[in-house]
Amino acid sequence: MHAPQRSAGAAIEIRKASKHYGIFTALKDIDLHIRPGEFMTLLGPSGSGKTTTLNLIAGFTDISSGTLDIGGKSVTGLPSHKRNIGVVFQHYALFPHMTVGKNVAYPLALRGIKGEDREKRAKRALDMVKMADFAHRYPNELSGGQQQRVALARALVFDPPLLLMDEPLGALDKKLREWLQLEIKRIHRELGTTFVYVTHDQEEALVLSDRIAVFNGGRIEQIGTGRELYDHPATLFVGRFIGESTVLRGAAELSGNDTVMTIGDQKVLAHGRLAGDARPVILLRPERVALKRPGADAVSGENRLSGTIVEAIYLGSASKYEVKLKDGTVAVVRSPLGATDFAIGDVADVAFTPADLILLPDDASADVTLT
Amino acid sequence: MPSFSRVLLGLFCLLVAVLLLAPTLVVIPMSFNGNKSLAFPPDGFSWQWYQNFFTNPDWTTSFTNSLLIALIVAVVATVVGTLAAFGVTRAAGRTGGLLRAILITPMVVPGVVLAIGIYAVYLDTHLVGTVAGFVLAHTMLAIPFVLIAVQASLEVFDRRLETAASSLGANRLTVFRTVTLPLILPGLLSGALFAFITSFDEIIVALFITSPYLKTLPVQIYTSITRDADPTVAAVGTLLFLATSLIIIAGLLFGMRRGRT
Ligand SMILES: Nc1ncnc2c1ncn2[C@@H]1O[C@H](COP(=O)(O)OP(=O)(O)OP(=O)(O)O)[C@@H](O)[C@H]1O
Ligand SMILES: [Mg+2]
Repeated sequence: MHAPQRSAGAAIEIRKASKHYGIFTALKDIDLHIRPGEFMTLLGPSGSGKTTTLNLIAGFTDISSGTLDIGGKSVTGLPSHKRNIGVVFQHYALFPHMTVGKNVAYPLALRGIKGEDREKRAKRALDMVKMADFAHRYPNELSGGQQQRVALARALVFDPPLLLMDEPLGALDKKLREWLQLEIKRIHRELGTTFVYVTHDQEEALVLSDRIAVFNGGRIEQIGTGRELYDHPATLFVGRFIGESTVLRGAAELSGNDTVMTIGDQKVLAHGRLAGDARPVILLRPERVALKRPGADAVSGENRLSGTIVEAIYLGSASKYEVKLKDGTVAVVRSPLGATDFAIGDVADVAFTPADLILLPDDASADVTLT
Repeated sequence: MPSFSRVLLGLFCLLVAVLLLAPTLVVIPMSFNGNKSLAFPPDGFSWQWYQNFFTNPDWTTSFTNSLLIALIVAVVATVVGTLAAFGVTRAAGRTGGLLRAILITPMVVPGVVLAIGIYAVYLDTHLVGTVAGFVLAHTMLAIPFVLIAVQASLEVFDRRLETAASSLGANRLTVFRTVTLPLILPGLLSGALFAFITSFDEIIVALFITSPYLKTLPVQIYTSITRDADPTVAAVGTLLFLATSLIIIAGLLFGMRRGRT
């Protein structure tokens, strides 16, 4: 309603892009296609290349090799001030010598928009982030959350087809972060602008995004919706980075088209087999496994691993257990309300069908990067 | 006993203040001396030395010379020193520190050494006794002050604001004009003030490169006081004291106003 003009979002097309700093490779051959109006999140641990990717799109750094198209046009060599892209930084970057109103009017002034028109558009943008009452304040008279809302208004006031955000909520406390996440989502819906959002917080990525690109060590491991990444991770790294999980490792052999893994002295059957000769691992989601009394409630075809409860946490809507299996692995189980209660020290079976597990190639880097 | 030590501290501060202010407090009464002598306490009262300063061409021309030279020096040294400060602050690796050390040498090298060197070169290049000669020499002496003041501002300046401005559509020049310059302005202004004072105050080099046709105020004060006991120097001193006090008070008020916003 009172938001800036609905603009058609720009598409981004990154092909085989690399970025080198001296001999160090910060990005290696990444491919990323972002659709017009999409909310794309770049997710990954520290140093994985998220900011570097954003900087390439914004024009703050040059691409070493590969191509980058925005809105169907190559932007190679185009300086950042000619790209017409809104950018929101983690550190707000408001101009301390200008009032909130002047900060938001700044990009309009640069575009030759004058007088009443400029005032009106600046006010509309501040209205959108609910900061219109603060137009006469200086940035140092605002809280972090307020400053970031002003920064958002400033980045959107000139109706850019593309908005980049680099951990914009990183410096704020949890409550405020959650509220601003919803605000950002609402604004995205209202404007139709393409949003590219950087975070290392997987929950934030799940809340906000249409699709998520998972970065690891300068590469993109997988791009997909939150559900796709959670249910069908392409790599062990993605599986472990998104949501909670338990990783089972053991000697594996093939039986027809199935894989059988020996864990401790028990066998687990997984449908399918990995291509090539990668070592398989099994990934379990806490809510896709059940905790049962030893030997009880058998379901045909299910896998069972026996263990001892080492931690029981009551969460209100569910209970979370940690179960030490015979081979020493600690499995995480989330039991819905009403399921059998277990106490620390109880012996229990972790039960799951072959359809509930995820079979993935082992990847040592997944462990190293996450700890 | 804390109260005793507080009293002692207060007395000590007072002593230091008196010590610092005493020369000034001696000069002011002397400037109103009724006789042509630099005796203290003064004998009688008159405005004649002020009158002499404003009417005697020796004094008025040397004053306007100093003012003109100091103003040009302030402008030139501020521009050059600011550019140097950018270079030093933003140079990669160790280059910056090395450049800074070189650029600051005029502050460290004894004035006489510089003066002899400058004089020798000026004799060959016919710059002795010229405004250009004074401006050149004083600019050299003033650049380190500008460099230090501006560099201090640049060090606390958040360069990410430049990135932000650029993303909002500002080219390099506009970024400098609308973001960088306003934020380093306090450093720049204090650098300019230092440059002005450096030149206006300068005596050692000036004594070497002066000529009967071009004297600066410090040179005129020096020649006057070595020739005869003329209380006009006390009048000049008092006026300068008044002028600098006003500038400093204005600066403080300006700083307070900025600090509040
Ligand atoms: N200017 C630079 N010179 C050298 N190396 C750099 C430079 N900028 C980034 N890097 C390196 O590139 C890699 C990727 O950095 P990047 O800033 O993209 O990480 P990130 O994913 O944004 O991490 P974070 O979550 O910590 O912000 C890092 O290893 C970093 O040290
Ligand atoms: Mg980053």
